[in-house]
Amino acid sequence: MQTSASPLSRTLANVFLIGAVLVALLPLALVALNAFKPHTAIVANPLSLPESLSLDNFARAWNGGKFSIGIVNSLLLSGTTTLITLAFASLAAFALARRKIPGWQLITIYFLCATTVPIQLFLFPLYFVYAKLGIVGNFAATSLILAAINLPISIFLLRAYVISIPQDVDDAAFMDGANPLQTFLHVILPLMRPGLITVAIIVFLNSWNEFLITSTFQKGRSNITMTLGYLSMNGTYATDQGALMAGAFILVAPIIVFFLLLQRFFISGMTSGAVKG
Amino acid sequence: MKPLSQRAYHVLFVTPALLLSVAIVLLPALLTFGASFSRWDGVSAPAFVGLDNFEALFADNVFWAAITNNIQWALIFLTIPMAIALVAASLLLSRRKSGAVYQVIFLLPYVLAPVANAVIWQNIILSPVSGLLGFVSKNFIPLSSPLTEPSTALYAVAGVDIWHFWGYLTVVFFAAMRQTPEEQLEAAFLEGANGWQVFWNVTLPNILPTLGLMLVLVTIFSFLTFDYIYLITQGGPARATEMLSTYAYKFAFTSFQVGKAAAVALVMSFFGLIASIVYVRMSRASLEA
Repeated sequence: MQTSASPLSRTLANVFLIGAVLVALLPLALVALNAFKPHTAIVANPLSLPESLSLDNFARAWNGGKFSIGIVNSLLLSGTTTLITLAFASLAAFALARRKIPGWQLITIYFLCATTVPIQLFLFPLYFVYAKLGIVGNFAATSLILAAINLPISIFLLRAYVISIPQDVDDAAFMDGANPLQTFLHVILPLMRPGLITVAIIVFLNSWNEFLITSTFQKGRSNITMTLGYLSMNGTYATDQGALMAGAFILVAPIIVFFLLLQRFFISGMTSGAVKG
Repeated sequence: MKPLSQRAYHVLFVTPALLLSVAIVLLPALLTFGASFSRWDGVSAPAFVGLDNFEALFADNVFWAAITNNIQWALIFLTIPMAIALVAASLLLSRRKSGAVYQVIFLLPYVLAPVANAVIWQNIILSPVSGLLGFVSKNFIPLSSPLTEPSTALYAVAGVDIWHFWGYLTVVFFAAMRQTPEEQLEAAFLEGANGWQVFWNVTLPNILPTLGLMLVLVTIFSFLTFDYIYLITQGGPARATEMLSTYAYKFAFTSFQVGKAAAVALVMSFFGLIASIVYVRMSRASLEA
């Protein structure tokens, strides 16, 4: 729909939007630009174009950020978190949507409260319990925490998908002799697929980027994730900004590609909880 | 063996999620509650000390400074990114084709890791040596780094966090605004309403539930804010950016006063709880719809 806005307000609107684009992209453009420049050139002028496309900075950043360790741990941690969350959340979403269990209202309200519970409310005792059990630094143990944090929002996203599947579908499966587990696996789960993809993408990225839990529990050289390895460069590489920017490039570029490819799912997942429509 | 009833199956389905959440969130939260009345270093047996931790907190200037900073943070986030996002989203509304491209760009900072965003801003923008700020300072107007000044540090960190966050609000508001019935918009324009009148009389009333939800969520997260503060200033300089979250974290993992950390965590949760009650009421209304 075209508005009848005056040329002036049309221009102001465009200035605002283009300004917003520049602000959003400027820091990322500076990363791309300076990842190929030596430290002295960055200090002289962070806006200058690189003179060559040398990958030296990237080699130093790869070692300095211990990315070869970090990428394995990040994949293990985010992958495990995503699998646990998907499995547990889809089962719970089915059960809560069908309202067959006693106390489903209470459980729903519990998970609703859990969506906004502060991490600090359970972090400190949990850490010392983990320490006592000797599982600090264990990616599987940490992924249980990240899964627990991601569960409530995932349950509500998936529950909306189950609700949109009519109860008749369950009943038909029941008439054919399927038990509820078979109904879930062979009928409901395939129908929930768009929801499962959305939740998987959001949970994976959340865990990939997560800082508070990850930095607390994945301490130690061999346990660090990509983000933690990169963080360890901050400060020690203050006089090698080229490597620091190359490290940022290594960290950020795959996330941007991942996001651009899957942004449709991303945006639908982010807005479905907040927008009634 | 007798086959399980339908209900038994459904109970089994909800059990893994519930057990995990209870083990990781609920039980440790109860331990936090207990720890707040104890002296505990995290390793040896805790000793019950009654309200000592809370009394010590209330007598500590840093505690009040942190609460003030959290309130300031909430006020900043309830106004600035909200206003930017409302303007941006309503501008996108009349650009349905390019709007899709704009929202992806605006969302980019939101999907990047806080660690990456914080290090990028610290070094290539705000650093007086290697950043854009240093470049401007050396060649044009002298500027000091806002991060090293206690009077400006909070705004500088908030600026970085707003840069990362406003796109999320824009996308949510844009999605909500697109639900506005087309007839209402057309009727308003036929009557000769200008952009502002359309926003105020048609779009805004239509997104009121979403706007309310976002105000509540932003309030909750303002009292929990941690990542950008801890990454950029660690609460400094001179506690100018100390938040309840960083204050609690240091108690737990720097000085191992877990009882005090737990007490701060309860205060944080209390602020969140007030907002959560509002949130649950709003969500329940929409869940029952």
